[in-house]
Amino acid sequence: MLASIRVCHATARRNVIASATRYVVPRTRAVLPTAGLACRLNYHRPARNEAFKRLTKDDLGFFKTVVPSETILATAEVGGTADAVELEGFNADWLSKYHGNSQLVLRPKTTEQVSQILKYCNTHNIAVVPQGGNTGLVGGSVPVHDEIVLSLRNMSKIRSYDELSGILVCDAGCVLEELGNYVGERGHIMPLDLGAKGSCHIGGNVATNAGGIRFLRYGTLHGSVLGLEVVLSDGTILDNLSTLRKDNTGYDLKQLFIGSEGTLGVITGVSIATPQRPSAVNVAVLGVPTYECVQRAFKLARKRCGEVLSAYEFWDANCMGAVLKHHELKNPLSSEFPFYVLIETSGSNKEHDDEKLGALLEELMEEGIAEDGALAQDDSQIARMWSMREGIPESLGKTGATYKYDVSIPIPVLYDIVGDIAQRLENASLYKPGDLTRPVKLVCGYGHIGDGNLHLNVVAQQFEDRVTQIFEPYVYEWVASHRGSISAEHGVGLMKRDYLRYSKSPEMIAYMKRIKDLFDPNHILNPHKVV
Amino acid sequence: MSSLRILVGVKRVVDSAVKVRVNSAQTAVETGNVKHSMNPFDEIAVEEAVRLREKHGLDVVKEIIALSCGPIKSQETLRTALAMGADRAIHVKTDAELEPLSVAKLFSKVVGLEKPDVVILGKQAIDDDANQTGQMLAGLLGWPQATFASKVDIKDGVLEIVREVDGGLETVSSALPAILTTDLRLNEPRYASLPNIMKAKKKPLKVVSPEELGVEIRSRLQTLKVTEPPKRQGGRIVGSVDELLDKLRNEAKVL
Repeated sequence: MLASIRVCHATARRNVIASATRYVVPRTRAVLPTAGLACRLNYHRPARNEAFKRLTKDDLGFFKTVVPSETILATAEVGGTADAVELEGFNADWLSKYHGNSQLVLRPKTTEQVSQILKYCNTHNIAVVPQGGNTGLVGGSVPVHDEIVLSLRNMSKIRSYDELSGILVCDAGCVLEELGNYVGERGHIMPLDLGAKGSCHIGGNVATNAGGIRFLRYGTLHGSVLGLEVVLSDGTILDNLSTLRKDNTGYDLKQLFIGSEGTLGVITGVSIATPQRPSAVNVAVLGVPTYECVQRAFKLARKRCGEVLSAYEFWDANCMGAVLKHHELKNPLSSEFPFYVLIETSGSNKEHDDEKLGALLEELMEEGIAEDGALAQDDSQIARMWSMREGIPESLGKTGATYKYDVSIPIPVLYDIVGDIAQRLENASLYKPGDLTRPVKLVCGYGHIGDGNLHLNVVAQQFEDRVTQIFEPYVYEWVASHRGSISAEHGVGLMKRDYLRYSKSPEMIAYMKRIKDLFDPNHILNPHKVV
Repeated sequence: MSSLRILVGVKRVVDSAVKVRVNSAQTAVETGNVKHSMNPFDEIAVEEAVRLREKHGLDVVKEIIALSCGPIKSQETLRTALAMGADRAIHVKTDAELEPLSVAKLFSKVVGLEKPDVVILGKQAIDDDANQTGQMLAGLLGWPQATFASKVDIKDGVLEIVREVDGGLETVSSALPAILTTDLRLNEPRYASLPNIMKAKKKPLKVVSPEELGVEIRSRLQTLKVTEPPKRQGGRIVGSVDELLDKLRNEAKVL
């Protein structure tokens, strides 16, 4: 039989456990081959807050009374037996851009254990980094210094599922793709989907208010999350695991935790509404001559298939080159184009959707908006077309040290920033299109154009200041001048903490700090991140 | 080389990515409201026909005809074949249960009418895994057959085929006309491009009935029961070698 392999965001260097016959789901995060000391970003690391206690053997002794010893990874420095390399996967982020120095990783199995851990840490001023799948892109999921890592990966049970309403209640450490398979067998889908699905946790998705490729159709997690179970910095368990669709009784506290990136509390349980699984899915990839045509195609797609449109993604020629090379995929189109668009429709009636999409595609070809295209004829072709789009981040990572900017800008000018940055780099003699020997190899853009969200990527030989300074803070200034967002969906983490002012007013940032002080007075939760 | 006509057989089956379920009566697999698409081996067959024409030119491969037997929805599969490059399609329309022998008989009648030089079929369909139609058709027509083809070429009116067999690869040559069945590694089928999909809408699709072909469709097999394979038991981690031995002896009973 023809097998289809779904390309996951993080490929495993170590154990790869197949969770289903069809998909390879990497459970352990790995460091990319290009990563090395030369690739480590010389980022501005805030100084260690000396108010935080440095761990001692006594602290380890206490944690051993709370969680089973096999769930603890402690180095000799704090009285443990683990090798520093065993903590590497928890100390470094997926891009190997950010590296912490934690000597202790705890992987509790229950909410009660999380509560006891946090209560102790709060009393003794021990800094904690809550961690899910560690697939974040802004350095928010790894320690800056020696904060302890509180990993939720052992809390991965599905607590309940109501097939009639589609409401799922589960632990925060459930892997998104596994949840997708589970609800898929029961006629539903998860309301979000992203390239990291094979490794990311639903708790992390909620904590970062993840977007993804289904956002266009199913909206934000602020809408689909019905309830949360959160452990606060002092160990208080806030149980708001409601399964109600409508509940207007007081301030909706869970909204604060959604997108708080582990700085206001640790999410341990999630209640989420899952949409009906569409029985008819169609995917087409188009070759488009100009960015203006990408926009025109979007407008027409909304007009002709608006109610069944479930994804509208785009990427440029540089991205396509990288992904075809690194994933050994065949270009579905007859030649190369400056831009590629992926359109997906999802509905309950195949004939209806086929007709609508067919009519749209014909119109796009006749108007010259698309110069070529391919329509998937079966599910394995659909999977391959999606891997073209989802495989871009990984392919760029394999090409070199990748600077990523995730911005929301008004759609008409969205792609201008790519050309602008490329020009600035060229003027500084750091980049020449096609010349891979320069300090900067590639400048490219791709993303969820339907949501006004661009992922601008600059791939360099290595992370270095003379490259960084060309577009930081220039990118943020550019975005601010268009009243856009410096982080559409990736969040703030460590990377953008100092640039919040480009998208939020001083008054708003001041109130964010007040809320932080309220929920985490000792600032032990994910210090140096977000605010 | 004189010009050739290629007839390609395609079948509409449950999509290979679907997780099939047995129906409650345990008589068959659930096919209602489940995604269907062209049998993957038939996609390879169509692709091979189109590649032969691209390689040798229109003078050599004059026409590619796609043929399918089945209910009205089989026409979707024929449209895919047209979008991949077939010139015209023939649909033998019937709602009856089709076994390989019936299909082979219908095909043999169409062959008699269309007179192709090569008939390419997928080696088997992924719903019944029968792997019989190509062989039966060759028997009915008295034609040579080369099954499980992983490489095909035409040289001066002679077919040269590499077959995948248990012992390795076998190279055979055959005079025309002949039957070919395709194996997985023969090629990677192309996507249906939009320009070709649009062209396909205008390509002719002829509908005929088994009666017109003079074939009586009869079932000679009766499916008694269909069940799912036993669920795989979860593995367990044992604490010591002694525990492992104990479990192997007393639970798995293999020692």
